[in-house]
Amino acid sequence: MAIEFKPSPSLPPPVNSVGAVAWVRQNLLSSPLNIFLTLFSFYILYLLVPPVVEWGLVNATWEGASKADCAPGGACWAFIGARFDQFMYGLYPPEETWRINLATILLVVMIGAFAVKAVHKFYLSIAIIVVYPIIAYILFAGGVFGLEAVETSLWGGLFLTMLLGIIGIVASFPLGVLLALGRRSNMPIAKSVCVVFIETIRAVPLITILFMASVMIPLFLPEGMNFNKLLRVLIGITLFSAAYMAEVIRGGLQAIPKGQYEAADAMGLTYWQSMVLVILPQALKLVIPGIVNTFIGLFKDTTLVYIVGMFDFLGIIQLANHDANWLGTTVEGYAFAGFIYWAICFGMSRYSMAIERKLETGHKRN
Amino acid sequence: MTDRNMALAQLEPGEDAIIEFNDVNKWYGDFHVLKNINFSIKKGERIVVCGPSGSGKSTMTRCINRLEEHQKGSIIVDGIEMNDNLKNIEAIRKDVGMVFQHFNLFPHLTILENLTLAPIWVRKMPKKEAEEMAMHYLERVKIANQAMKFPGQLSGGQQQRVAIARGLCMKPRIMLFDEPTSALDPEMIKEVLDVMVQLADEGMTMVCVTHEMGFAKTVADRVVFMDAGEIVEANEPSEFFDNPQHDRTQLFLSQILNH
Repeated sequence: MAIEFKPSPSLPPPVNSVGAVAWVRQNLLSSPLNIFLTLFSFYILYLLVPPVVEWGLVNATWEGASKADCAPGGACWAFIGARFDQFMYGLYPPEETWRINLATILLVVMIGAFAVKAVHKFYLSIAIIVVYPIIAYILFAGGVFGLEAVETSLWGGLFLTMLLGIIGIVASFPLGVLLALGRRSNMPIAKSVCVVFIETIRAVPLITILFMASVMIPLFLPEGMNFNKLLRVLIGITLFSAAYMAEVIRGGLQAIPKGQYEAADAMGLTYWQSMVLVILPQALKLVIPGIVNTFIGLFKDTTLVYIVGMFDFLGIIQLANHDANWLGTTVEGYAFAGFIYWAICFGMSRYSMAIERKLETGHKRN
Repeated sequence: MTDRNMALAQLEPGEDAIIEFNDVNKWYGDFHVLKNINFSIKKGERIVVCGPSGSGKSTMTRCINRLEEHQKGSIIVDGIEMNDNLKNIEAIRKDVGMVFQHFNLFPHLTILENLTLAPIWVRKMPKKEAEEMAMHYLERVKIANQAMKFPGQLSGGQQQRVAIARGLCMKPRIMLFDEPTSALDPEMIKEVLDVMVQLADEGMTMVCVTHEMGFAKTVADRVVFMDAGEIVEANEPSEFFDNPQHDRTQLFLSQILNH
């Protein structure tokens, strides 16, 4: 007679392997070296944190009209407060800045609408990608519907940084996808064009491209024909970033097993169908960290527009540091700039990790 | 054409053939992987292709839907010659289902979406109709309760059954199987073979590369044995297993049957 097989019951884990005490023991005190490193880290923190808190919070001055109002030995945050509007909007006329605020609120509301179930996501995407830029441009530039015209040379501050960053990201991504696909294409001409473009752009510093865009191109254009410097700079940033993006995405395309391409082909899907429906969703998901890396790099690279005489967020802070009333506030200015850049980039990073988790389908290979 | 291939070609007259290989040759670089393949398959026929690894059996099968290109000779599938004409290739691929050794399900789509993708985008079927049909085929492979899961959450045998159902959703006239059970645990091979036997019983034209000789014996109309890029022998299973003509076939059979 056969013996019946009964699986043994599962038991709970030992008590000392779970809970806070176990965590401290495993992560902080697991070996003599780790005990030493833990103590050393606490010592470094002891040296750094109290002086920074004292300077930045305890002894800081929050209000005042000039550097003279600030207490010595503490941060002069009054400088940031006094110049805040300029840091946000650059030289944009103060009585018109409501237009930038309105456009910002509109964008936040439209993106927030993705969370509302009743909204059709496809139409919302179209609205954000096609309709919103038109509305935003009308608001920013003015000149119609009784809005006062504002020259793009007056645009600046965090507004300009966000504008360059967002448009650069939104435009360089699809371009990067096309370049990556082109580079892997079987068509010799499409392939060569993409390879030459990518390799040329990647071999040149962004500063050179910006300089070309703002100074050289007008020299070559026929007399009287000229287009906006901001637009030229935007195109330069977009092309630069697209070349990097293309290589990141190509890495993702190469990581997709050959079997996925074959399965899509064998079903009779066309090239574009199999790319859009099968290959790209997987490839892009794989390289989200690399894509976000490029986005963050692009966002920070926008600071280089100071080279062509535009005052983005960092540029306008540097400019304000030279104000006779506020001499000696360089550290506060850079600290503020660093904090804002950090907050935005860290936000992008966390958001990308949330997307990665959302797209996880339990498939690690094949 | 060698005498042997001549004999094979004569074995089946080409008139009601659904797949025809005429003097097909293929090279990978300098490597001559298919040598003068002459072979035709009738509508409704079940063909099992076997042979040692590297013998060209997968390559030959994959030439049928042009996942591989041949360089000489002609392959005619369902009256259409396979050449560089993309429209022809896409037309044939609609009617030829394929099941791969490694399943090749799309990991970012649910099981149901895997099945409805091609009907919706290639056959332009309304989504609701495609889903109903997909559920019908999932029931047939006894896996309907997993429709909303992702491929990564299923066992190998379940994934391969989904892959078969995915092929069937295009209502193909021919099904190609490229070593469908080679990547499976022994316990899961049977559940996949059962589905394939059921399909064979319904009269589907099948070309199946496999080492499952039990399957070949019970299901195949003809067994094709390949070695070094050539068809060595093609015969009905009873003749093939009990009375192999070539010593190469005899050696192969003795190695896989008596281990």
